[in-house]
Amino acid sequence: MARDIKSGESCLLSGVIYTARDAAHKRLVELLEKGEKLPFDIENATIYYVGPTPAKPDQVIGSAGPTTSYRMDAYSPALIAAGETGMIGKGKRGAEVVEAMKKYGAVYFAAIGGAGALLSSCIKSAEVVCYEDLGAEAVRRLVVEDLPVVAVIDSEGNNLYENGRKAYLDSLA
Amino acid sequence: MREIDAKLITETVAALAVEANCFLPADIKSRIEKARSEEKWETAQGILDKIIENYGIAARDNMPICQDTGVCCVFLRIGQDVHITGDLTEAVNAGVKKGYGEGYLRKSVVGDPLKRVNTGDNTPAMLYTEIVPGDKLEITVAPKGFGSENMSQLKMLKPSDGVEGVKAFVIKTVEEAGPNPCPPIVVGVGIGGTFDKAAYLAKKALMRSAEERNSDEFYAELENELLEKINALGIGPQGFGGRTTALAVNIETMPTHIAGLPVAVNINCHVTRHKSAVL
Repeated sequence: MARDIKSGESCLLSGVIYTARDAAHKRLVELLEKGEKLPFDIENATIYYVGPTPAKPDQVIGSAGPTTSYRMDAYSPALIAAGETGMIGKGKRGAEVVEAMKKYGAVYFAAIGGAGALLSSCIKSAEVVCYEDLGAEAVRRLVVEDLPVVAVIDSEGNNLYENGRKAYLDSLA
Repeated sequence: MREIDAKLITETVAALAVEANCFLPADIKSRIEKARSEEKWETAQGILDKIIENYGIAARDNMPICQDTGVCCVFLRIGQDVHITGDLTEAVNAGVKKGYGEGYLRKSVVGDPLKRVNTGDNTPAMLYTEIVPGDKLEITVAPKGFGSENMSQLKMLKPSDGVEGVKAFVIKTVEEAGPNPCPPIVVGVGIGGTFDKAAYLAKKALMRSAEERNSDEFYAELENELLEKINALGIGPQGFGGRTTALAVNIETMPTHIAGLPVAVNINCHVTRHKSAVL
């Protein structure tokens, strides 16, 4: 499935995804290094790099846009090797992540950074899976409906940040 | 000597923090909408439409525009004829705690940069004070997200690098940041002073309206030229390509040493927030 998605495609994601950012990634990879089981099924999982604002009493979740992805670069290759096939964040990724994506078949999506109120409306349920002590950084299981994302880097290593900019500049020439 | 009760400062900071996070300032909205009308690249148009829809939803539902409700920067311009009854720093931090708690804003501050345990209430504020003539107290609350803060840079240029060196450093900083700071961005530039003053000026530049140019004609022109050059880079909204990479370049300057030319570039995202009140 992840191998079918091509860089530059706009997608609406529906289904179950998990949230994790800096502190949670560190803990997840420490578990992998010790050969222990992860607190959720990583096989074919998609992880959304988000630390939402607290939900008001009538809300499923607060504002929930993506955080910058490169801070997860140190951890992503291990999670991809363990079965992760999708990542949602924003901004550039390191070469080591792209290599792992090509090797195992994973895709990197960007959601619109700074559009936390809009993206929140696509999240239909949210429950904490683990690391509740991390507050906004806890791992949550989200059910999303039509979450708007753009495939930035595909499993062949094509990169919209490079190609989109080039296409725009070429259009001016 | 005019008396201002510290409790009033707490209440004001709390209200400003919530308001700044949920309602985008008119100058930024105006710049985004102008950019949308001038943007010809289709992908970029679509992103700008979503950004406009987002701040509309935030205002309608009274929810944060962005989940990174920031470290709370608080600028105080304190009239020298004002006496504050109570502890000023404590009053500001109590305001941050109240605003971020009651306003359902995210707590994004760790108490120690290496031990990294969340303080749980978004305190302490990053406090900037300036003593000015008069008997008023002006409070500006500016929540600052770190996606863009992390892309900021400072360089001690040589005097011989001159204005061309400044331009090259600003453009290099924006180009290296690329999609990371959530473009379209606002670029704050501080030139002169010392190592630390240049950084302060760059942050202060972000407090000025994005529609207001530097009062010095030379720097106003430099702001326009840099904006033009940045928007020729092709990075575009979210880095997917397009014209709209920056909404404004604001420059602040001060005198400096004969041997130096410090330049700081503080980047802010399209959710550039600041809200002021005068007591």
